[in-house]
Amino acid sequence: MIDKKWLGYELPVSTLLLERGRLRAFARAIGETDHVYLDVEAARAAGYPDLPAPPTFLFAAEQDSGTQMAMAGAMGISLDKLLHGEQGFTYHRPACAGDTVAVHTRVSEIYDRKGGALEFVVTLSEVRNQHDEPVADLRGVLVCRH
Amino acid sequence: MTPFDPAGIAVGKPLPALALEPVNRTVLALFGCASGDLNPVHLDLDVARRLGLPDVFAQGMLGMAWLGRLLTNWAPQSRLRRIDVRFQGLTHLGNAITCRGEVVGICDVDGERCARVQVSSANQFGQLKIVGEALVSLA
Repeated sequence: MIDKKWLGYELPVSTLLLERGRLRAFARAIGETDHVYLDVEAARAAGYPDLPAPPTFLFAAEQDSGTQMAMAGAMGISLDKLLHGEQGFTYHRPACAGDTVAVHTRVSEIYDRKGGALEFVVTLSEVRNQHDEPVADLRGVLVCRH
Repeated sequence: MTPFDPAGIAVGKPLPALALEPVNRTVLALFGCASGDLNPVHLDLDVARRLGLPDVFAQGMLGMAWLGRLLTNWAPQSRLRRIDVRFQGLTHLGNAITCRGEVVGICDVDGERCARVQVSSANQFGQLKIVGEALVSLA
């Protein structure tokens, strides 16, 4: 069982500079063809200061830092038992190339189902930009299968 | 792309579907690097086998990114207020995913008129992979 002491745990802050090349690589990897995500001039014509991060890109900050995986490991959840159950994004303002985002995450819920066969860890994240403005809120559910 | 017309949005209206090529290892490697998800279970057959899996499988967030494309193909991203999904099943190599969406409600959220859009993705056998809901501003 995951120790309930983790409830309220605050993960180390993950910071990510959004680089044009990385955003383009992400857009290409998902097959994006809309020029807004690939061409700076098209992005500017659409009202963005630079290439916008696609809707789910912000998840990369904590993938790069590895903080969520490290937390799962410290909770005793091994890789072969770990599943991504749910994910949500609520948006406040765009994040574009040149911005630096900081992701502040805490564990908001830990619960189990099916007599402990499945355990769930819910994390809530606030993403803020270099001006300390809110960019997005993320909600993630990690599932541990026993 | 047809310009988004908020006045033309009504309950029951389907979004143009997004049909993807079958998943291959190259896509998983490119998405792994670009998204930062370097979990070897998506990239390395040896690791997948050691964990008792027949092969590598797609990153869940790749499927969610495709749902993001479904939405931003329909409405500019600046109108996207929210997207919440549940991962229902693993996406395997060779799975050809189609993303679909439908307006299921019109509501006011924080004083802003929004469309509630039900989104889902499924493979060529009709097996659901992701289900969820998005909020798109009509203001």
